[in-house]
Parts: sequence; C-alpha cells; structure tokens
Amino acid sequence: MAVAGSAVGLGNFLRFPGLAAQYGGGAFMLAYAISFLIIGLPIGWAEWAMGRYAGQMGYNSAPGAFAAIMRNRWAKYIGIIGVIIPVVIYMYYVMIESWCIGYAVNFWSGNLHLKDAGETVGYFAKFTGATGDATAMSFSRDVALPWLLGVFAFNFYLIYRGLSGGIEKMCKIGMPLLIVLALVLLGRVLTLGAPDAARPHDNVVNGLGYLWNPTKVQVVKAQPGPEDKPREVVGAAAIEAAKGEVAASGGTLAIREVGVIEQLANPSLWLAAAGQIFFSLSVGFGVIIVYASYMKKNDDVVLSGLTASSANEFCEVALGGLITVPAAVAFLGVAGVAGQAGVGLGFKILPLVFSKMPAGAFFGGAFFFMLFLAAVTSSISMLQPGIAFVEEALNVGRRASVTILGLLTTFGTGFVLYFTGDLKALDTLDFWVGTFLIFVLATIQIIVFGWKWGIDKGFAELHQGAAIGVPWIFRPIIKWICPAFLLFIFTMWLLKEIFGFDLTTGAAGAVSYYVTDLFGDKASKAAQLSVALVVAIFVFFGLMTGRSQAYARAEKGLNKHD
Amino acid sequence: MTTAGLIVMLLSVAVVTFLFGWCIWKVLTTPNETEKIHGVEFETPDIDADK
Repeated sequence: MAVAGSAVGLGNFLRFPGLAAQYGGGAFMLAYAISFLIIGLPIGWAEWAMGRYAGQMGYNSAPGAFAAIMRNRWAKYIGIIGVIIPVVIYMYYVMIESWCIGYAVNFWSGNLHLKDAGETVGYFAKFTGATGDATAMSFSRDVALPWLLGVFAFNFYLIYRGLSGGIEKMCKIGMPLLIVLALVLLGRVLTLGAPDAARPHDNVVNGLGYLWNPTKVQVVKAQPGPEDKPREVVGAAAIEAAKGEVAASGGTLAIREVGVIEQLANPSLWLAAAGQIFFSLSVGFGVIIVYASYMKKNDDVVLSGLTASSANEFCEVALGGLITVPAAVAFLGVAGVAGQAGVGLGFKILPLVFSKMPAGAFFGGAFFFMLFLAAVTSSISMLQPGIAFVEEALNVGRRASVTILGLLTTFGTGFVLYFTGDLKALDTLDFWVGTFLIFVLATIQIIVFGWKWGIDKGFAELHQGAAIGVPWIFRPIIKWICPAFLLFIFTMWLLKEIFGFDLTTGAAGAVSYYVTDLFGDKASKAAQLSVALVVAIFVFFGLMTGRSQAYARAEKGLNKHD
Repeated sequence: MTTAGLIVMLLSVAVVTFLFGWCIWKVLTTPNETEKIHGVEFETPDIDADK
C-alpha cells in the first residue's frame, strides 16, 4: 500500500483530465496506452535498476549514478538534469499543493458556495493570482499566499526534522481513503445526467463519449479561415441537431468525421500522451533513480516498478479520467471543455460536482485534503534528489543540505508566486523543465541502459532479486523501439513547438508561444526570468558538481566509501 | 457515446484494474515479497546518519 500510495499524485487527478480534455478522444487514450508500454514501463525499470546499482557503490544522487555507470568526466554533468527537474518542479508543484489545502479548508469552513462555471472559473483565477502578477500575495483565505506559506513550512519541517516517515504512515491510510472518495465521486458523476435541463446535450454520457469515442464528429466551415476552428459534437441527438444546422447553413458549414488514424497522425497528441506518462509515473524525473539507490541488492525492482506504475494507471484511467472530463462536459458542454488544458480544470469543475451532492462541502473538503496528502508525498519525494545531491557534492550532512535547498526553493517558489499573471512563470517552468528536460533525461537514461550498459547486463541487474521476469519483448523495446520512438517524437516536437512547422499539413506554422515569450516583440519578462532562473540553477549545480570529490571517485568506477 | 467508445473505455478500465489487482495479488502471495518491494519511501538512511 505504501508503494501504491507513494505513486499517486496530482498528475492522476488533475493533470491527466486536463490533457484528456484538450485532446479528447479514444485516439489520445490509444497513444497514451502505447506510450505506457513502450516508454513508461521500460524507462521506469531502467531507472530502478540503475539507481539500485549506483546505490550499491554508495552514490545516491543522479550525478553520482550517471558518473558511476557511464564512467567519464561529463556524465556527472548530465546527471545534473536529474537534480534540476525535481527541484524546479517542486518550486511550482508546491503552489498547486497549496491550492488543494486552500480549497479543502474553504470547503470545510463553508466558504465555497460556487453555483456555476462562471463562479468557479472566477474564483480559481482570483485564488491562484492568474488575474495579474502579485495578486495572490495578500493574506486572505481566498488567495494562495497564506496556504503556500503553511505548506512550504510544513514540507521543510517534516524533512528537516526527519519526520517524513510520519506523512508516509498517514498516506497508508489516506491513499486508500482517497481511492474510496474518488469512487464515491465517480458514482455521483456517473449519475449526474444533464445538470441543466435546458441543455440536454451536455450530459455525462456525452462526456464519456468525448473522452473515449475513437472517431470525432466536427462541424467545420466549408471554407475555413485561419481563425476558424472545428466545433466537436458528441452524442446521437447532438449530431442530428448539427446536421440540421449544416443543412440550414446554405453550404457554409459541413460535417466532418475525423478517424482514429488521422488523429494519431498529429504529433502533438503523442507528445502530450508521452509527457503525461513521464509526469505521472515520475519517469525521467530523477526521483526514482535516487530512491532506488537506497534499496538492497536483492530487493525486487521489477515488481516494485510494475506495482507503482499499475497503481498510477488505475487511479489515472479508472478514476481521474472518468470523474473530471465527463463532469466537465456535463457542466460546460463539449465546446466549453475542448481545448482546456492544465491542472486548473479540476479546480474549476469539481466544486460544481460537489455542489450537486448531499454533504458536498464535507466531501469536497475531504477530496481536496486527500489530494493535498498525495501532493505532499510527491513534493517531499521531489526534495530528496536535491538533498542527496548537496550531501554528496558538498560532503555535508542532511540538515545542512536541507537548509541550502530550503533557501534555493524559497527563492524559486517566491518567484513563481510573484509572477502569477496568467500563471506565466508556472506554465513556462512546466514546459521547459516539466516537459522538455524530462524528455531529454528519459531519452539519455534509456540509451545508457540499453547501449552503454547493454541489454544483457541491464537485464541481469534488473532481475536481481525479482519475483517476476520482464517479458523478452522488452529487450528490443528497450534497445531499439523506445529510444527510436523518443527521438522521433522529440524531433517532431522540436520542429512543431520550437521551429513552428505545422506537421499535419507540412506548411510553415506559427512558432510556439513558449519561444515567442522569450524572444522578440512579444517577449514576456516572467517567461524570460523563469528560463534565466533555470540556467542559473544549472550553473550553480554545475560548479558544485565540478568540485565534488565523490563524483571524481564515481567516474573512476570507485566505491564512494572505499 | 458510440459502441466503439464504450468498448475502448471498458477495455482500458478493465486492463488497468486487472494489472493493479494482479500486482497486489503477486506481492501478497509471493513469500517475503512485501519486504522486497519499495516505492518512494521517505525514511532514507541519511536521516538516521544526521540524528
């Protein structure tokens, strides 16, 4: 249960529904399932095995692990990526954590009476400070600041005093409770029907159809302009109504069916699916490699990895996805949901579901509190890679390491808290670190495992102490398919997001706003400073790494303690 | 919701539920396995070293 509890986080209940809503359709779920099999599982296993191997040599940080495995002078600098990712993600993850506890307490205290989507969207913007920079920096229970201060202090108190085992014990009770609450919520969502009788098409069955139907039906302009986007319709009655609208349009509108193959040809869909697998399973984060390093030689990394992954997938697919997206369609309609992304969807939609439940304030508070607990376990786990790194790089004890990391993350989280306008700092860091760097690290890890170590040595290490065998099909997957798949979608991603090629039509398209935010007339100060922050941390960690005696021993293949 | 959508949904939910259930069963029925599997656990050895 501890394994399952530690695996579950905000990605399951908040991030996944946002992506499923954005890309809605069975094709996304198909890409997601394939990504799980050929990316998530193999890279997860590789991380577990590499971490345990490094731990046997006395190294507990990603730079130490990479240096011990690759044994060259540059490996430790590659490993820095595995420290930067969790440390920077912590800086904004703790913000989302504070939203959870803020919503929980406000529910329980009767402060949340949100009756329609307009109110929930407005409250979310006010609470998070998305309305403008520094607008969340006041002491009110309706904004993030006081909750963030409490959460930040709570995390560091636990980890500084070595009390984080206490939260782990709480999670052994809290996580099964979260699953039970999610099942109750699922039951309520599936019986919502159409909340607004005046809009019968906006119902839960159509919400399920929006998420799972392999073929999409769209109403499109016969001669679309650059600003015209297709409008998706779901459900037999809605499609009949749309056909009537098209017939009456005099040829200006048309019905278009988008099959599963055509949807799968969109590289953005694959990128989103693979990115969610990374985020949700903590693969490519630099977290698993650190915790695996504390395992014993004969501990079972194969079943540990599979159990953690399957717990994640159960919570994500069977609970997280089935609750939020159908409810969102029921309250906002397909048009209101399509294109919505990010963790905000859950905060905007779930309060509406709770308002339709008996004792909704209690259940709402309990649900967001359990999410908060799940988030605390994840955020504490994100601190350990940084703590282990500072301990090793500077040869200091845990409390000194926690203090240094505390100062660094206080600055970083304060930065994210200040630049809340349109959640720009959070969004920029999530893209460049939470997506881009994770892709880079995951790709390096699977290449090191499959090519530097080699499949035979890697599988021998993996199977040490394992109760189950990894099926043979994962040999070619790890050696060839996974790296090729990652490199392919990474290239497609660069072409589309960074260089602005429209990969569906082959024409030159607009450059991603993540790039225009950094350069040119449309540059955003918050985005530029966010990237500058990451670069500064990289340089700081690089200087620490270069002076480390431990890493000098690791790259020579020497045990740290010999 | 179309029939194909219903099938995709039921299949997906069934697969992840079965996989999770099978893992729990395997862990609980393999001797000493509960001692040998780990997740992200917070009582790391460096805590003891600093106390």
